[in-house]
Amino acid sequence: MTTAADIAGSVRSGQCSAVDVATAHLDRIDQLDRSLHCFLSVDRSGALGEAELVDRAVAAGRDPGPLAGVPVALKDNLCTRGTPTTCASRILDGWVPPYDATVVELLRRAGAVVVGKTNMDEFAMGSSTEHSAFGPTCNPHDPSRVPGGSSGGSAAAVASGMAALALGSDTGGSIRQPAALCGVVGLKPTYGMVSRYGLVAFASSLDQIGPFATSVADAALMLEVIAGHDPRDSTSIPSSPAAVLARLSDGVQGVRVGVVDELVEGASAEVVSAVSSAAEALAKAGASVESTRIPACRLGLSAYYLLAPAEASSNLARYDGVRYGLRVDGPDVEAMNVATRTAGFGDEVKRRIMLGTFALSSGYYDAYYGQAQKARTVVLDAFAAAYERFDLLLGATAPTTAFPLGDRTADPMSMYLSDVFTIPSNLAGHPAVSVPWTTGGDGLPVAVQLLGPALAEPLVLRAASVVEASAPGVPPPCGDFLPSDGTRSALPRQAVGSGSDGLPREGPA
Amino acid sequence: MLQSMAERISVEQVAHVARLSRLRLTGEELERFASQMAAVLDHAADVASLDLEQVLPTSHPLPLVNVLRADQPGPTLSQQEVLAAAPEAVDGRFSVPSILAEAP
Repeated sequence: MTTAADIAGSVRSGQCSAVDVATAHLDRIDQLDRSLHCFLSVDRSGALGEAELVDRAVAAGRDPGPLAGVPVALKDNLCTRGTPTTCASRILDGWVPPYDATVVELLRRAGAVVVGKTNMDEFAMGSSTEHSAFGPTCNPHDPSRVPGGSSGGSAAAVASGMAALALGSDTGGSIRQPAALCGVVGLKPTYGMVSRYGLVAFASSLDQIGPFATSVADAALMLEVIAGHDPRDSTSIPSSPAAVLARLSDGVQGVRVGVVDELVEGASAEVVSAVSSAAEALAKAGASVESTRIPACRLGLSAYYLLAPAEASSNLARYDGVRYGLRVDGPDVEAMNVATRTAGFGDEVKRRIMLGTFALSSGYYDAYYGQAQKARTVVLDAFAAAYERFDLLLGATAPTTAFPLGDRTADPMSMYLSDVFTIPSNLAGHPAVSVPWTTGGDGLPVAVQLLGPALAEPLVLRAASVVEASAPGVPPPCGDFLPSDGTRSALPRQAVGSGSDGLPREGPA
Repeated sequence: MLQSMAERISVEQVAHVARLSRLRLTGEELERFASQMAAVLDHAADVASLDLEQVLPTSHPLPLVNVLRADQPGPTLSQQEVLAAAPEAVDGRFSVPSILAEAP
């Protein structure tokens, strides 16, 4: 698979044109997305216009930037001036933001070409992209299965080669878990490392934007473009971020790695085995690896499903039918608010708003919200203690490989358990990356997760590089999702294990 | 406090929370959401039952406080751009249905 770094190199040196690269990716979207439904909107003319500017810069001898001509996909909760931003919700259907998110400005300034906005669980609430108001995304490795979520469209778009890079947002694992299920690299940076200005808020103390890529180096390349202080985000870290790419191949000699029992237990056998193999690979590369316990991680899921809904219930109070988005009329303003919210939000969003409202309500605040905030302190303290003994931690990203569409939608608790290994890093505000390891017996990707303390991105990604280099790897999707009209040969057909039974599937209506 | 944990959230409580949340639920939705919310709150019992009397709460992962910028005016969105997104605007303002009922 062509990397973003290769594309940028070729475009900058004039070897290939950004317009050609954009056209190839847009054509691929036309061809594949009927089946996979990664995108909620594709801006063909906008993308070609941006690509032409890049080509003109190259022709004029100006440097178009480190992502010159690289096609990127953006999760549809990132504001893009002049093009719709829906958060996969009816309540924002048709809304066109009057400004760009800071990350979008930074990507464009670096020469990237935005091809479209990707599908997601409504307001980023979910772990399968099935809670989108516009229909689910399919996993390119087996279209009968979920891509993970909530950034499932971004993960599947990168995995299927429709974009070289994508951005997602990660509140409880929404970058890392879909990256794991789709076989790509997904990074949640340190809280505050990347500006949240223009990211539609879900849970403000947990949300963080980060990259999807087909390699650790590409993820590092994208991180360097989007990281940095932004005066428009008061939670943005004021210091300059450390260089990541330059140190990427420095290895892990002497690095202390703890393999966390609580971030593996309960996972399927092939996930457990991947974590052991990754631990061996790190040890072989010179790291000192030992098993450890962080029992406080077990509190993460419960605390998160009180804190995140509480913050969401407050953040989503703004959707009242007054200033933007949907309005459903009523005889008075409160009836209009109620009619608008009832029609505009899907079930999962309603559940979370109500859970959060309950956790914050008089008589329950101390027992639920207050107690969860204290549990968050316990998790932070436990990580701090662990990082006195270790430089990095290793665990699984998701307990299982991609599950069948429809499997967990009726039972929210079973869906929430998909995030059990990713949530602790959000509570702590720490960086963590999911790295593909191999494909399991069913032909589906299996991944491992590397975690570090705040601002440890350089070391986390160095170790991720070592893991990536040692991993058996995940071959590109076999293409069984392609329409059976002869276009199938456009994708390399590779054996992905005997159990692969990806069925052709009609695209969502 | 622990006793309230053990009680399951009732359909009446869910109806109350829905009203606070400005959502209208059908009878079927109330029943379904009550049982789903109860499952999440049951899972949260492990946190709710801990003795954390001496632990300070964390509301935010960063130690940033009082982040202020210089009080200097800069460019902002125009009134026109902002109102363009509104479902209804009249005379340069957001327009909503009546807030107070008509006087009797």
